[in-house]
Amino acid sequence: MTDVLPPGRYFTDGNFASTEGAILAGCRFFAGYPITPSSEILERMSKRLPEIGGHFIEMEDEIGSMAAIVGASNAGMKSMTATSGPGFSLMQENIGLGMITETPTIVLDEMRAGPSTGIPTRVGQGDVMQTRWGSHGDLAPITYSPNSVQESFDLTITAFNAAETYRQPVIIASDQVIGHLSETLEVKSEDEYEIVQRQTRKVRNGSEDVYNYSDDFVPMFVSGTGFRGNVDSLTHDEKGYPSNEAYVEKKMLEHLLNKVRKNEDKIVKYEEFYLDESDIVVVAYGITSRAAKYAVKIARKEGIKAGMFRPITLWPFPEKRITQLSQRTKTFIVPEINYGQYSHSVREVGQIETKEIHFTPGAVPDYKVILDQIRRSVS
Amino acid sequence: MTSLEFHPKHQYVREERFPHVWCPGCGLGILLQSYIGAVEKSGIPQDNHVLVSGIGCTARIPGYVNMDTYHTTHGRAIPFATGIKLANPDLKVTVISGDGDLFNIGGNHFIHAARRNMDLLVICSNNFNYGMTGGQHGATTPPTSKSASTPYGNIEPAFNLPHLAYALGASYVARWTVMHPRQLVKSIKTAMEVKGFAFIEVLSPCPPNFAKFNGFADGFEEMEFYRSNSIVRNEAKLDDISIDPFHGKPVVLGDFVNRKRASYVTLERELIKKSMEGSR
Repeated sequence: MTDVLPPGRYFTDGNFASTEGAILAGCRFFAGYPITPSSEILERMSKRLPEIGGHFIEMEDEIGSMAAIVGASNAGMKSMTATSGPGFSLMQENIGLGMITETPTIVLDEMRAGPSTGIPTRVGQGDVMQTRWGSHGDLAPITYSPNSVQESFDLTITAFNAAETYRQPVIIASDQVIGHLSETLEVKSEDEYEIVQRQTRKVRNGSEDVYNYSDDFVPMFVSGTGFRGNVDSLTHDEKGYPSNEAYVEKKMLEHLLNKVRKNEDKIVKYEEFYLDESDIVVVAYGITSRAAKYAVKIARKEGIKAGMFRPITLWPFPEKRITQLSQRTKTFIVPEINYGQYSHSVREVGQIETKEIHFTPGAVPDYKVILDQIRRSVS
Repeated sequence: MTSLEFHPKHQYVREERFPHVWCPGCGLGILLQSYIGAVEKSGIPQDNHVLVSGIGCTARIPGYVNMDTYHTTHGRAIPFATGIKLANPDLKVTVISGDGDLFNIGGNHFIHAARRNMDLLVICSNNFNYGMTGGQHGATTPPTSKSASTPYGNIEPAFNLPHLAYALGASYVARWTVMHPRQLVKSIKTAMEVKGFAFIEVLSPCPPNFAKFNGFADGFEEMEFYRSNSIVRNEAKLDDISIDPFHGKPVVLGDFVNRKRASYVTLERELIKKSMEGSR
C-alpha cells in the first residue's frame, strides 16, 4: 500500500474517509481514546500510521490525547485526535492550550446524543456551541461540518490546511450518522489536492521572537532544532515569556482572535440551494442538511419559495452571507438535532423571524417535520 | 568582557528572565541549578534537550532554561512530553513539575507513562503541598501535618512516590533532597542515560506554606530537618520508605532502581519497522 489511499471510487463510511483524508493531508501522529461512534478512526489509524512511518498511541484518556497531539505538533508533526461528546468535553482544556500556544492540530468530534453519556450509538448535534465556546476564555475557533462521506474526506484535508495556515486547533464537527453511513467516496490522485505544508523556523536569528502579534501568521519553531524558544500556557508576550500585564493580554488575545476574524472571507464556506427569490431559508448543517434539502425540494415542487443555506464552516459564523440573505427573505428555519443552538446565532445576525426545529437527539431527522414547518411558514 | 562577568552556567539560562518568581528559602533554585548541571554533564547537546512542565512553582523552571521549553496545562506535562518524544525520539525530553501537578491532577498520566515505560525523565519537586495556590494539602502531604486546607491536621495517607513508580515499571527510580545537590546532579545525569521511564523525587522546602503551617521558622530550617532526619539507602525496600519524619521515621534517600526493561520508543520503533516491511 502506498502512503495515501489510491485514487478511485470507494463505497465506504465517514470514519474511513476522515482517516484517509487526514493521512493524505499529512497527518503522521494520532493520539486518542476509544469512544463510540468515532472509534473506527482510532482503529484505522492504529493500522495505517505505523505502516507509513507515522505514530499512533492510545492514551489513558482524552485529556492526555489532546495534550499529546499538541506536544507532537510542537515537535513538527501534523497531528490529530478523534472523539465524541464526553471526550470532547475532556479535550477542551488542551484545545485552549493549542489556541494560546498557536499549535496546529485537528480534533474530530463525532456528535452523539447527550448530555453526559447520553446515547453513545445515536446521533446528536448538541456540541455545536461547545465547538465555539467550549474552552474557557476568548477564542476564534474554526469548525467544519461535513454532511457526507465525501466531505468527511475533503473537509478533513481542508481542516488540516486551515490549522497550518492559522496555526491553531481546528475542529471537525461531524456526527454519528455521517461517521457511520456508507456511500460513494471519490478520491483523486494525491497531486490534485492542495496541501499546506508546515512552515517552521529553526535556529534563532539573533533576537528573533517566538511570536509576532502584528502578523497573522508566523512560522512556529520545532522542538530540538535549536530555536530555544519558550511555549507557554500563560498569557505571553512575543518573546513567549509569561506576563501578568493587561496590555500583554490585549496584544496577545487580539492577535489570536484577529488572525481568524480578519481572514473570515477566506475561511468561511457554505453551500446554497434554491436561494433565488426565496421567502423562506432553511439553515441546516451536518446530517440535518440532507433532510432539509429534501424538504426544500418538495416545497419548491409545491410552488413554495423555499431555499436552503448550509454552513460548511459553522465557525467563523457566515455572518456576511446570513446578513445578505436576511435582507431579502422573510423567515429562517433552523432545524438541528438539539433544542436550539445554532439558531441563536442565525437569529442574532439575521434579525428576522427565525423558527427553530428541535429534533430530539437519538434519531435521524425526519424531512417531513421540516417540510411541515416550511408549509406553515407560508400560510 | 572577562569570564567573571558570566555565571559558569550562563549559556543554559535565560538571563533576561531573572529575577525568578520563587520565595526566599525555596529549594527550586537548587533544582534548576542541578538540572542544568546534569544537562552540562550529560554529553547530550543542549539543543537536543527539551524541558516540559505543567503548572505550579516547579513548573516555572523551564521558563528560565535556555532551550526549547514548554509550560503546559495543569497536570498534562507528561502526555504533552509523550507527544514530543514520539514525534522526535532523538530528543532527551524531561518533565519537571511539582507533586501536586504530577500526582494529584496529573496522576493518571504518570501511572500510564510509567507503565508504558515511556522514554521520559520525570523530576518531581515534592514540597508536600500546593505552593503556588497558598499551601493547600495534596496527595503527598504527610499524615497529621497542617496545610491551608487541613487546619486540624491531614487525615489522608500520602503517596510513597518511589514505591509507586517502581511498582508501575519505571526503569529508574531515585529520591533526593535539594540539600543533596551533588547526589542530585549525578542522579539526574544517570537518569538521562536511561532507556524508558526514569523518575526522581526531590524534596524541597516551601517556606511560606508547608514550613509556616508546620512550625518551621523558614525554608532552611525545614530543609535542615529533612536532611538531619534522612538516611541514604540505595538498596532500601521501596514499600518501606514512605515519608513520615514527623513521627520519628527517617526519610530514606537513594538511587533505588536502575533496571533494563524494554522501553516504549524501542518497541514502537520495532513495530513501525515490522509494519512498514509488511506493507510493502
